[in-house]
Amino acid sequence: MESPTQPLQIKLPAAPAFLPERPAGYNMLEAIRRNEPVESTVHESVHAQPAVLSIRDFELWYGKSKALHGINMPIARNRVTALIGPSGCGKSTLLRCINRLNDLVDGVRIHGQMTLQGSPIYGPGVDVIGIRTRVGMVFQKSNPFPMSIFENVIYALRIAGERRKSVLAERCEVALRNGALWDEVKDRLTESALGLSGGQQQRLCIARAVASEPEVLLMDEPCSALDPIATLKIEELVRDLCQRLTVVIVTHNMQQAARVSHYTAFMYLGRLVEYGRTADLFQNPLLPETEQYVTGRFG
Amino acid sequence: MRSQGVGQLGRWYSRIMFGVCVGFAALIIALLSLVIWYLLAIGAQSVDLAFFTQDQSGDPTAPGGMRHAIVGTLVLVGLASAVGVPMGMLAGIHMAEYSQETWLAKPARFIADVLAGVPSIVIGILGYELIVVPMGNFSGWAGAAALAFIMIPIVARTTEEMLLLVPNSYRAGSFALGATKAQTILRVVLPAASGSVVTGIMLALARVAGETAPLLFTALGSRFLTLDPNQPFPSLTVQIYTYATGPYEAERRLAWAGILVLISILFALNLTIRVVAARSARHLKSN
Repeated sequence: MESPTQPLQIKLPAAPAFLPERPAGYNMLEAIRRNEPVESTVHESVHAQPAVLSIRDFELWYGKSKALHGINMPIARNRVTALIGPSGCGKSTLLRCINRLNDLVDGVRIHGQMTLQGSPIYGPGVDVIGIRTRVGMVFQKSNPFPMSIFENVIYALRIAGERRKSVLAERCEVALRNGALWDEVKDRLTESALGLSGGQQQRLCIARAVASEPEVLLMDEPCSALDPIATLKIEELVRDLCQRLTVVIVTHNMQQAARVSHYTAFMYLGRLVEYGRTADLFQNPLLPETEQYVTGRFG
Repeated sequence: MRSQGVGQLGRWYSRIMFGVCVGFAALIIALLSLVIWYLLAIGAQSVDLAFFTQDQSGDPTAPGGMRHAIVGTLVLVGLASAVGVPMGMLAGIHMAEYSQETWLAKPARFIADVLAGVPSIVIGILGYELIVVPMGNFSGWAGAAALAFIMIPIVARTTEEMLLLVPNSYRAGSFALGATKAQTILRVVLPAASGSVVTGIMLALARVAGETAPLLFTALGSRFLTLDPNQPFPSLTVQIYTYATGPYEAERRLAWAGILVLISILFALNLTIRVVAARSARHLKSN
């Protein structure tokens, strides 16, 4: 059986050399800017792995402005999926829909559906709290609460009503080990989390997010405020984490997406443009628009 | 050349402005110094052990001490806080955290601001009509209620403002971990703002501890040491008012001493508030 950390070796037929017929001089990004309907190019390879999360015909409006247009994509289990695209492409918005954090924003309307292991994320009777315990999230700026390291890590357990000290201590250690932070903080669990360095704070937030053992971990540009060494640690951590859970990561950094993810989705102005294996998308994209973006010729 | 002339004028204007501002800042310090010097000069000699250990003797030429009034003020402020602090805080939490859920927050905020500006004598009359008249006598309850009424809008508004300073990233982080709104407020938002909320509460305490007008019509005042709020209740401020407006020299001296003690208590309270506020400011900054 192939190791989950080396999915790029999955035996798959080569990406089909398929490209929808287009008129001469057609540019999909210009068409999107003109607000014309466009078709996402989704590689066959994204269906090779069973999906933990499925996004279907998903649309979102902030008030009157439409921020997501007909997004259809499966998210592969135990893999890292990166969302890339220029600012305002809707990648963070899409991410925040997966754990329904957009519910907190005034005037948000959605259409379509997302399912987590087959169960709907949207709809009447959906337990939003339950969704959020199954889908963890790490934010762009680390946000440890102003309390001790220990209390930060076990926050999700505490609010779920866990009181047994031995359980809390054990889960705290496991989470901190999973966050690659245990060795650095094991002697000062009772100290304020705000005394940690920026990189440590972000890893604490990862530990806090995985403490309740979610099925999916959402990461919203988790390294954008960190130095290169702290970034490297987080990237290694992400690859380790996907043995246990599924990671969806938003990043502005194309190298990061190439280093850390198995699948990459390129988005533009609320549309999914191209979605496939990271190696394919970066080295052999089907669309010239994707190639232009990943080689840094626009955006 | 002309622009140089304007520059010259501008520099002079700037210097005069600076001088005027310095002058008025110095005036404020001078006024406070004058008050404190005056109080110390007249009141200090009457502050002795008996002031804190004896109650009103009934003999106007040897009026005893103010123990009953000090205890009375402490009890009144304590009772007022027991009601005013939780009510004010809950209202503040609603205004800061639930303003999207109901239409109540905006009018509540406006009315709290209006209430905070209502003259305290009006609150006293309100307490008289609502509590003293139905009860049939002046009482500590009525006094405490009047003080609580003054506290609620102050505590509500400061709580609201302090909660709004808590970064939204804390709230988002808590919700993303599966917390409910109540859990988020109680476990993350309130603790994060606790230092500054406490500051606001202490400011409200200091404010009502120095109130006289709302107590005149409600607690009335009393010569006796009492812990029974069903009876007319003594307080430092009303006792000072009574003594200071009376004809007896010894009582007037005691009033000066009372003012000095009251000012000292408020000064100490303010100093504590500053220390707590500075600490919580550091705490928030380190984040």
